[in-house]
Amino acid sequence: MIMNVAIEVIVSIFVLIGTAFSLLSALGFIRLPDVYTRNHAGTKSITLGLLSILIGGFLYFLLTEHYVSIRLILGIVFVFITAPVAGHLICRSAYRSGVKLTETSAKDDLKAVYQDRQNEV
Amino acid sequence: MAVQILFNFIIAIIWMFLHDAWNALTFISGYFIGFLFIFALRRFFPTRFYGYTVIAVVKLVFLFISELISSSILVAKQVTRPTINVTPGIFKVHTNLESDWEITLLSSLITLTPGSVVIEIAMEEKVLFIHAMDIPESEALVLKAQEKFERAIMEVTR
Repeated sequence: MIMNVAIEVIVSIFVLIGTAFSLLSALGFIRLPDVYTRNHAGTKSITLGLLSILIGGFLYFLLTEHYVSIRLILGIVFVFITAPVAGHLICRSAYRSGVKLTETSAKDDLKAVYQDRQNEV
Repeated sequence: MAVQILFNFIIAIIWMFLHDAWNALTFISGYFIGFLFIFALRRFFPTRFYGYTVIAVVKLVFLFISELISSSILVAKQVTRPTINVTPGIFKVHTNLESDWEITLLSSLITLTPGSVVIEIAMEEKVLFIHAMDIPESEALVLKAQEKFERAIMEVTR
């Protein structure tokens, strides 16, 4: 009985942390100024939120039903691999198609490189 | 190294045959026993024991997770401030890593460090262009973290 309560508490802590981070990154999507800074919210907080929800699910099945869910582990691995790549690609394609940085931006080292390349072509 | 992993898989499958139990737990225990066999016989293999590489990979994964947690907390802090007051920007970082794999890993790690996303990679000059959330602060963090990542990655690949 005590074991069951302990399992439920641990699993729900993981799921709640995950939900909180997902909420925060949704907030970030709305509040941050441009594509690039929004991407920060999209690549980091959402990955962590998803990760801890999946870990919560994994622990639930492992502890209550003694079932090792390989699918959930695979989910964690693929989220880990794909989130940084997706963030990188969104940022890069945004930059290449000429989306501007916000006005508060401090510096832009990439601009010079792109102009050089265009001059070469 | 690939041969050692193949041997380990064969031992795990034989272990499953011996137990006549076809589930993940039996496979994992068989794999563990095979791992011990190969560790005991490591000096008869021509290449380095692959367990050392596995340990380096595990270290790298923990580094990944700790960076992810700290960066999520940083983003959460910035997002929940009453007024958003950030100075984003793009800066460049030079790297010493060589192969495609190493640079891919490094850029994924940097994407997960607090307040930075890799935007563009110039392979010829080995320069990464990084977009940071808060320029002076994040730039210092990335430069400090980069050396740590490069060391951890080289332990795996070399």
